[in-house]
Amino acid sequence: MDRDATYARLLELIEPFNKKGVALAEETSFANDLELDSLTVMDLVANIEDEWDINMPLNILPDLETVGQLTDAVEKLKG
Amino acid sequence: MTDLLSKFDPYIAEHKGLLDTGVNDPFGVVMEQLLSPTRAIINGRETILVGTYNYMGMTFDAEVIAAGQRALAGFGAGSTGSRVLNGTFAPHIAVEQALKDFYGTKSAIVFSTGYQANLGMVSTLAGKGDYIVLDADSHASIYDGCKLGNAETVRFRHNNVEDLDKRLGRLPADAGKLVILEGVYSMLGDVAPLRELVAVAKQHGAMTLVDEAHAMGFFGAHGRGVYEELGLEDEIDFVVGTFSKSVGTVGGFAVSNHPKFEILRLVCNPYRFTASLPPSVAATAEASIRKLMTATEKRRNLWAVSRQLHAGLKAAGFRMATETPESAIIAVLLPDQAGTVAMWHQLLEHGIYCNMSRPPATPAGIFLLRCSLSAAHTAEDVREIVARFAAARDSLPAAA
Ligand SMILES: Cc1ncc(COP(=O)(O)O)c(C=O)c1O
Repeated sequence: MDRDATYARLLELIEPFNKKGVALAEETSFANDLELDSLTVMDLVANIEDEWDINMPLNILPDLETVGQLTDAVEKLKG
Repeated sequence: MTDLLSKFDPYIAEHKGLLDTGVNDPFGVVMEQLLSPTRAIINGRETILVGTYNYMGMTFDAEVIAAGQRALAGFGAGSTGSRVLNGTFAPHIAVEQALKDFYGTKSAIVFSTGYQANLGMVSTLAGKGDYIVLDADSHASIYDGCKLGNAETVRFRHNNVEDLDKRLGRLPADAGKLVILEGVYSMLGDVAPLRELVAVAKQHGAMTLVDEAHAMGFFGAHGRGVYEELGLEDEIDFVVGTFSKSVGTVGGFAVSNHPKFEILRLVCNPYRFTASLPPSVAATAEASIRKLMTATEKRRNLWAVSRQLHAGLKAAGFRMATETPESAIIAVLLPDQAGTVAMWHQLLEHGIYCNMSRPPATPAGIFLLRCSLSAAHTAEDVREIVARFAAARDSLPAAA
C-alpha cells in the first residue's frame, strides 16, 4: 500500500522531466528510456529528497536504473 | 573483442560534427608563442588572452622566473618521487612556509595539483560512516574526491542555505560530517554566501572545507579568499587552493590550524603515492606567493578591469551570467551550443581567446563564454575586448 503511494507520487515527480512523453512503468529506465542526463537526475533527486524529507546519497544512484528500483530505494530510505 | 572506446562514439560524432561546421576547435586551442600574461600567438595571430586563470599576472614575473631558474640549476629537473618515500627537497619546505605565512595558519600541505589536493583532502577527511555534504555545482575534483573515498555523499542545491540546513538536519546527530564549499564558483563567477552556509554547518556540528581556487590573491585583506573577506577565518577548518591560477605555476595545497593536520601526509594516497612537484616549480610558487602578499596595486587593477569588462559587455547588449561583477570571472550567457560555438569562433578570429563552457560543466541548459581577467590587463585592453566582442557578434551569419 505504502509502496503504491510512493510509486504514484514518484511518477508525478518524474513527469516534468519526461520530455519524450514515454509511458512510465516499473521497468522504465532513466538512462535508456527517459534519456535523463546527469544534471536532470540531480534536479529530480533534489525534488525526491524534499518530497519525503530524506537524503539520497550519490553512491546509491548508479544502482537505481529503473523507476521500480527508485521506488524501492525511496521506500527503504523513508524507513 | 569489444572495443572499449566505442562507448565514446556519441562524443566522437558530436565533436566531429562541430569541427565539420568549419570552426576552430574550442577544446584544442594551441598557443604557439606567449608574449606576456595577456598576449599569445594563436593561429599565427596576436590574440588577447581572456581565457586563462592568470588572475594576478605572475607567469612572467622576473623574480618568480629567477627563483625557478636557481632551483632548476641547483636541485635538477625533477623530484623523482614521492616526498614520503623518496624525500623532500628544501624548496618544498620553503613553499609550505610561504603558504603558512600567506594564510596565517599552523600547517600547509602541498600536492602536485589542485585537483589532487581535493581528491586527497575529500577522500581522506571523510571515511566510512562519515557524511560529505557538497554544493551541487562543486568542481569535478571535489566530486571525484567523494568517489575515491568511502563516505556517504549528499548534495545540496547551489548556494542554497536552507537546502544545506535541511540535508544536514536529516543526518545522524553524532556522525562525522564535512561540508564542502567554494568561495567563487568558476562557471558563472558567482560568490558563495559563505557566512550563512558556514553558520548552518556549525549548527549541525559539521567541519568545513572551502576551495578558494578562484579567489586567492584578491579577496580579503591578505588575499586569502572569500572566507577572509567575510571574516570567517576562525570558522573554516580546511582551505584548499591551487598554484595554477593566481600563483601562476602548477600545484595544489591545503592549509589548516587543526592540531592533527600533519598526519594527512602519511594517510592520504593522492599525496603519498605520486611524485612531488619539481623543485623549480615549488620555488616559483614560493616566490610568487610571497609577492602576492603585498600585491595591492595588482589586486586593485584586477578588480577595476573586471568591473570595467562586466559594465562594457553589459552596455554592448550582452546577457551577463551575474547581475554585477562578483569575481574576476565575467561570463556571458548564450542561448544554445551552436550559437556559443559560432560566437567563440568569431572571437578567436578577432584575436580574443575566452572559454566556451556548456553542460555538464555548467548548470543545466546554460551555455557560456567565460572571460577571466588578469591584473596584467589594462583599461585599454578591456575597451579592445568589448569592441571585438561587438565586432564578432556583428560578423555572425545571423547578423548579416
Ligand atoms: C574550484 C577548483 N578547484 C580545483 C581546481 C583544480 O586545480 P588544478 O588546476 O591545480 O588542478 C580547479 C581548477 O580547475 C577549480 O576550478
